[in-house]
Formats: sequence, C-alpha cells, structure tokens
Amino acid sequence: MNWLWLIGAVLFLVLAPVAGGLIAGIDRKITARMQGRVGPPILQPFYDVGKLFEKERVVVTTAQNFYVLAYLVFIALSGAIFFAGGDLLLTVFAFTLAHVFLVLGAYAVHSPYSHIGAERELIQVMAYEPMIILVVVGFYMVTGSFFVDAIAAATVPAIAYLPGVFIGFAAILTIKLRKSPFDISTSHHAHQEIVKGITTEFSGSTLAQIEIAHWYENIFLLGLVYLFFAWNPVIAIIAVAVTYVAEIYIDNVTARVRWQAALKSGWLAAALGIANLAILSYMMIGGA
Amino acid sequence: MQTLLFLILFPILVACLLLFVKRTTSRYAVVALSALAIGGASVYLLVRYASGGAVYFAASSEATDIVMVAIEMALALFIIVMGVKFRNYLAIALAVVQAALVVYLETTFAGSLHAANNLFVDQFSIIMALIIGIIGSLIAVYGVRYMETYHHHHPEVRDRQRMFFFVIFAFLAAMFGLVFSNNLMWVFFFWEVTTIASFVLIGYSETEEATTNAFRALVMNLLGGVAFVAALIFLAATGPTSGGVDLALVLASGDAAVILVPAVLIGFAGITKAALMPFSSWLLGAMVAPTPVSALLHSSTMVKAGVYILVRFAPVFAGTFAGLSVGLVGAVTFVVASAIAISRSDAKSVLAYSTIANLGLIAACAGVGTYMLVWAAILLIIFHAVAKSLLFLGTGAIEHRIGSRNIEDMEGLIVRMPKMAVMMFIGIAGMFLAPFGMLVSKWAAIEAFVQAPFGLVFIAILAYGSAVTVFFWAKWMGKLVAVTRGTERIEKGFLEEPWVPLYITTAIVILVVFLFPVISTALIEPYVFVIYGMTAHLAQANVAIMLLMISLLLILPISFSLFRKSAKRLPVYMGGRPATPELQFAGSLGMTREAQTQNYYLTGYFGEARLYWPGAVVCIVLILASWVFAGVAL
Repeated sequence: MNWLWLIGAVLFLVLAPVAGGLIAGIDRKITARMQGRVGPPILQPFYDVGKLFEKERVVVTTAQNFYVLAYLVFIALSGAIFFAGGDLLLTVFAFTLAHVFLVLGAYAVHSPYSHIGAERELIQVMAYEPMIILVVVGFYMVTGSFFVDAIAAATVPAIAYLPGVFIGFAAILTIKLRKSPFDISTSHHAHQEIVKGITTEFSGSTLAQIEIAHWYENIFLLGLVYLFFAWNPVIAIIAVAVTYVAEIYIDNVTARVRWQAALKSGWLAAALGIANLAILSYMMIGGA
Repeated sequence: MQTLLFLILFPILVACLLLFVKRTTSRYAVVALSALAIGGASVYLLVRYASGGAVYFAASSEATDIVMVAIEMALALFIIVMGVKFRNYLAIALAVVQAALVVYLETTFAGSLHAANNLFVDQFSIIMALIIGIIGSLIAVYGVRYMETYHHHHPEVRDRQRMFFFVIFAFLAAMFGLVFSNNLMWVFFFWEVTTIASFVLIGYSETEEATTNAFRALVMNLLGGVAFVAALIFLAATGPTSGGVDLALVLASGDAAVILVPAVLIGFAGITKAALMPFSSWLLGAMVAPTPVSALLHSSTMVKAGVYILVRFAPVFAGTFAGLSVGLVGAVTFVVASAIAISRSDAKSVLAYSTIANLGLIAACAGVGTYMLVWAAILLIIFHAVAKSLLFLGTGAIEHRIGSRNIEDMEGLIVRMPKMAVMMFIGIAGMFLAPFGMLVSKWAAIEAFVQAPFGLVFIAILAYGSAVTVFFWAKWMGKLVAVTRGTERIEKGFLEEPWVPLYITTAIVILVVFLFPVISTALIEPYVFVIYGMTAHLAQANVAIMLLMISLLLILPISFSLFRKSAKRLPVYMGGRPATPELQFAGSLGMTREAQTQNYYLTGYFGEARLYWPGAVVCIVLILASWVFAGVAL
C-alpha cells in the first residue's frame, strides 16, 4: 500500500497554516512597500491571530461558531485532498461546501452588515465557480486525469496548452485571494470599507479560525497555480511567486468595483477559458 | 410477474376503494397501509430481480388491448367534454387529432401492434419502481393530512378529496405500468393516463387560474402525446426493420437511421412531459395545485416519466446529431431555468425552476447518451426524486404553519420550526452540496461530458449552470438558518402524522449518500453494462472521501454543545447605534427603528422576463433541428 498520499495530506494540514501565515506577512510587507510604508514584521499575521485567540469570547449567536468551524474543517479537508493527490473536481466541490458554511455563518447572525457580506460572498462564488471548473477540465484535457498526483506528474507543460485558462484563472484568483478590485464581500484593507462585510460579527477565536482557513485556502490556490507549470518545479515555484506578486500589485493599483463588474469579469474570464479549451479540443480532434 | 401485476393493479384497487372512503382517519389508514404494501412490493421487486438481467413476461391478452383502447377513447371523450365546458378548443383539437391517429393506427396496422412480451423488468425499471413505490406512496400518505388542513385553510374549495386520492393512486398505477411495459402501445396508454391525471390534479381547486393552468399542462402534454402516436405509427409501418412496437426489439434494432425518427418523436414527447423549455410553463403553472400534487409531479411521477423515456432511448441518441440537439435542449434548459430560479422568491417557484433545470440536465445526459452519461443520468433521477420530494413536502408543511411560502418569510425558521428547518436544510444540501447526491451526479456528468463528442459545449453550460445553482440554494439556506431573536417557536400543535413522511424522506436523503455506491454497483452499472458493454463508476478513493465528508457533516453539529455555555452574547453591529437583539436600533429624533434584511434576487439580470424567451426560442430551434437531423439521417 502506498502511503505517500497520507504524507501529502498531513504535511498540508501541518505546514499550510505556517506557510500561509508567512505569505500573508510577506504580502503585507510588499503591500506596504508599494504604498511607501515600512510595513509590519513578516511574522505579524501570527501575532495577530495569536492575539485573537486570547480575546474574550463574544458572539451574537452560538450557532455562528459552528458554521465557522465547519468552514475551517472543510477548507482544510479540501486542501488535504488536493495535496494527497486526490480528485481535483472533488476538491473544488469540497471548497464550495466550505464557503457555503462561511456564508451560512454570516446569515446565521442575522445582522445587516454581515447579511450584505454574505450575499456578496455568494455573488463572488457565482463569479468564480465556472472558471474553477474549467481549470479542472483543462487539466483533464491536457493530462487525461482528474487526479492531482497524475496532473502534477505530467511531463507536458500544461501552461503551453492552457494560456487562456491560466489568464482566466488569474483573474478569479483575485476574487479568491480577497484582493481588489474584486474584494466585494470583505477586504484585508481598512481603507476599502468601514465595516468588515461578511466577517462583521465574528471576533476572537472565531475570527482567528477564519484567518487560518484563509491561509489554508491560499496555499491550495497557489498549489493550483503550481499545477500549470508542474512539469518543471523550479519554473513552477518562480511562476507561483510571480503570480502572487502580480496579484498584490493589482490589489494595490485598483479600487473595489461593484458586484455587477465582479460577476461579469468572472464570467468573462470563464468565456476566455472556454475559448482556450475549444481551440485545444479542436486541435486534439482535427490537428494532432 | 405477479409482483409487476400487483404493483400496477393494486394501486388501481386502492384508488377505487378510496372513492368510497369519506372520513379522514379511515382514509389515512387505507392510504398508509397501501403505501406500506406498495413500498414493500417495490422492495421485494428489488430483491427478486436486481441480480439478473432484464426479465420479460408475455402477459398477453386481447382483452387488455381492447380495454386500453376503450379507456383511451373514454379519456379523449373526457378531454372533449372538459374542453367544451371550459371553451378550450385547442385541447379538443389535439384530443381529436390524437384519437384519430390512434384509430388509424389500430385499424391500419392491427396486425403489427403486438409485442412478444408486454411486460418486463430490468434494473432501471426497478430503480424507477422504487422511486414511485416509496417516494410516491410517502407523498400520498402525507397528502391525507395535508388535504384535511388544506380544506381548513381554503373553505371556498369544493371538497373532492375522494376523487383526489382516486387520481393519485391511479397515477401511481400508471407510472408503474409505464416503467414495466415493453409494448410501446402500453407505454403510450400509461403515458396518456398520467397526462389526464395531472390535468385533473392541477385543476383541483377549480379556480380560474387552476383551470387555465390545468389546460395548459394538458395541451402541452397532448402535443407530446400526438408525437408519441406518430412515432408508434412510424414504428408499426416499419415493423420488420425497426422492431415494431416492441421496446426491446426497437432498442436492439440494427437499423439506427430508421429507429432514430421514432426516438426523436418519443423524445419530443419526453421533452414536453419533462417540462423542458419551451414547455416549462406547464410545470410552473402546476404550482397552483395542492402541495402533494406538486411533490408528486416533480419528484416521483410525471416529469420522471419524461426523462425515463429519454434515458431509455439514450443508446439510440448516442453519437447522432439529432441526439445532440435533444441534449442541447436539456442543457440550455438547465442553465436558463437555474438562472431564472435566482430571481424567484416564491419557494415553490424556485423548486419548480430547479426541477426544470435538473430535468434538463438529465435530458442533456440522455441526448448525448454515452455510457458514462447514462450512468450519471440515472443517478440524477434517483437523487433528484428523493431531495425534491422532501423539499416540496417541507414547503407544504411550512406554508400551513406560517401562512406563506415566500422564502423571505422563512427567515429564522431555525428558531421558529427547528426540526422543519433542519429537514429543509438537508433537502437543500441534497440538491447542490458535496457530498450529497445531486452534486455527485453533476460531478459524474462533468467527467462524462469531457470524454463525449462536443462535450465542451455541455461543460461550459454546466459550469455556468452550477455556479448559478449555488447562489439560489445558498441564499435560501441562509434565510432558514438566520437566528432571529424575539420570534416564538410555532412547531408544536401541528398534526402529528405529516411529520412521519417527512422524517422518512429526510432519512432517505441521507441514506442514499451512504448507499449510492451500492445502488451504483447493484443496479446502475449492470444496466449500463448490458447496453454498452462497459460501465462507469466512481473511484474507490473518492467514495471513501465522500463518506468521510458526510460523516463529518453528521458529527460537526455536536460542536454546538461546546459553544453553548462559554460565550458572552452581544447584539449585532448596527453602525454603532444602540441596538437590541431584535434588530431595532435608535434612529434619529429618539425614534426606534427596525432593520430588515432581504436576499438579492437580481431580477434585472436573471428575471423571467429577460431570460425565458431567449431560452425558449433556442430550445424550439434545437427541437426542430433534432427532427431535421433525424429526417436527414433517414
């Protein structure tokens, strides 16, 4: 029996929060530099989350803790499936499940601000979901498998076949990373909003869990970026870094758009992905 | 064979008996006991026939055929009488055309209207029988108490409950007949019975709206019926090559071009019955009927007959442009109906659009018709029947309790009717979330379409469609789970019995998640294998992960007890104003104001007015295209 998959899953569960937190720290540093500030220490996200755990437990309704816990658990689970080399579609669906729990948490507190945040989060899900599915389908068309381990082991450069899909994915990555211009449900930046959207009513350890879930999520997303370049690990890691820095740059030079624009952009990105896949399937049937 | 005959004839007996039962308690006893018998018999059918392949029974008799024709003529007469009464001449015209065609068929081709075997049972029939026998009878049981309450709430409606339950059971009998018949003449007979039964049930309240909608359903389904007879005439005329009216022979026929024509015509009948666009309006109109009728039409009968026949003919559609067009009708219906569902706030309307969307998805699978897609389509039929019946029954119970079926009014249901809210939650999760059934089927469909010819078109439609699906279900869920303060619990005092069907259906929704690997191996895979020589299945690892997920979902609620004591409660943030837990805040001039929350419906983007006609036009063109392709292939 091959236990390698288990190692992948466990490593993800243990290391992803560390790596995710570090990336968040670097993110804040780079962002600060782009804005001409010094920025906090790299480890600042860990201090923040640590402090959140020490806060007094305050809730609007106890149910909210349940939904957030479910959100964290399922985000971690779907990332674990991914890094265990599991089925990419199942990973995506588990992700959707996790996000629905976060949204339900925001609905459960029955507060005007978090209600709007929840609706907007759902619009975001609606905006990015088609593109994510197309990414998975694209990988299948190139590598002939839905399983991450097979996709990662492929010897062909997926990016060469899927440039349109990658650009589309980069567009919705902005939504998933909660970065401008599509950070319509909640933002990392205080200047974007007065009240914190979907996370308005979450505080203390609950908010810390959301933050940790976000770290898990980011590592998974960067893992997806990696897959596009997986045929060469060195290039892949550089590509991941470049993509992330580009996202930070976009975050800093754009302002939040309205939900209509977010939805249209997400769906337009998917259209680009479809065009890419159509050409690819035409080449596979007719050409080569 | 006795089991098959029992399942077809016993409901008719019960139906006749119910004509004479007046008191609700005795009706409840009769319905509950027969439900047990019917459910038990369908399970026995499973045990008895699941392991073998298809089993055929002659069950032939001249008398049966004559009785069927006589009933068909009587039903045509019934339509004409009703048509005259309510001045609906289109219905009369269609009934006359159809009756004339039937007479023509019976007289001109009298010799070739016999199948060697009239009845049969295979794994697909067993699945359908279980859906009809278990879900259908549960709905009937629920219906007894529901109708009692219904007449309390609607004193203006004439009490025709005896007729109502007569038709319900006749409906079940017809559905059993439909899925067990190997003679297409018989299939057509039962097909027509379901059309008339739904016409009667939709028009139950006898209001003007109900009558109009009942006739709309009738006219659209008669249109499909005419196409069905046309297919029968074609088959009878080409008997030697096409296999005549013997379903097994037709499907086994070597002459693909000849059987494609009747397949497309019967497929059209399936499209009308499954309420795909442009025929979706009859199913929406059917909402005026009492909720058990909607539950029945949407989950276990009627529309399922439409997709049943489409899936039966899937092997004929496979690899043809005609089949591709039929599949595209389904796919377009899927995405358009899902999008319109966003803009609806009436729970039943959302459910109706979601039904139409899912039937579209099933039709898309059947039209493209590869082995993986047939596998996915049958999974969809099962999961949809289970989850949708739960949602309809739940909506009916909620409507009786809170006096509204608007989703906005269901806010805070978790506080007001906790049990009901949890059941609705499970039902909705069953419709769109991993690891529940519908999502598994969608997942299978995506994997299957990737490998199908022109699959990319379907993938694209599916990608957008499922994104939209997440939106409208999740916001409904959100309304249910909102913890509102200052509302009282109103669950108690509800009649005890209607809960039992709800509990059972909820249990089934969860059970099928655990059981679906077994259902797949025992029933779906053998069926697909016999037709295609290969079969699809989910990878072992994925099944394990999904079982892990459902277990987590069942365990996680325990965490509620962890949080209960520890935390301090505060009112929500109201822009910094002093606020109470009931969402009241201190406004200006010392006034106390109340905040309200409402879901997004995005009508400007996803409204019916904006999306229906474009979708319908595309579907009409595709239907015509399917005929042209079938004609050209001939």
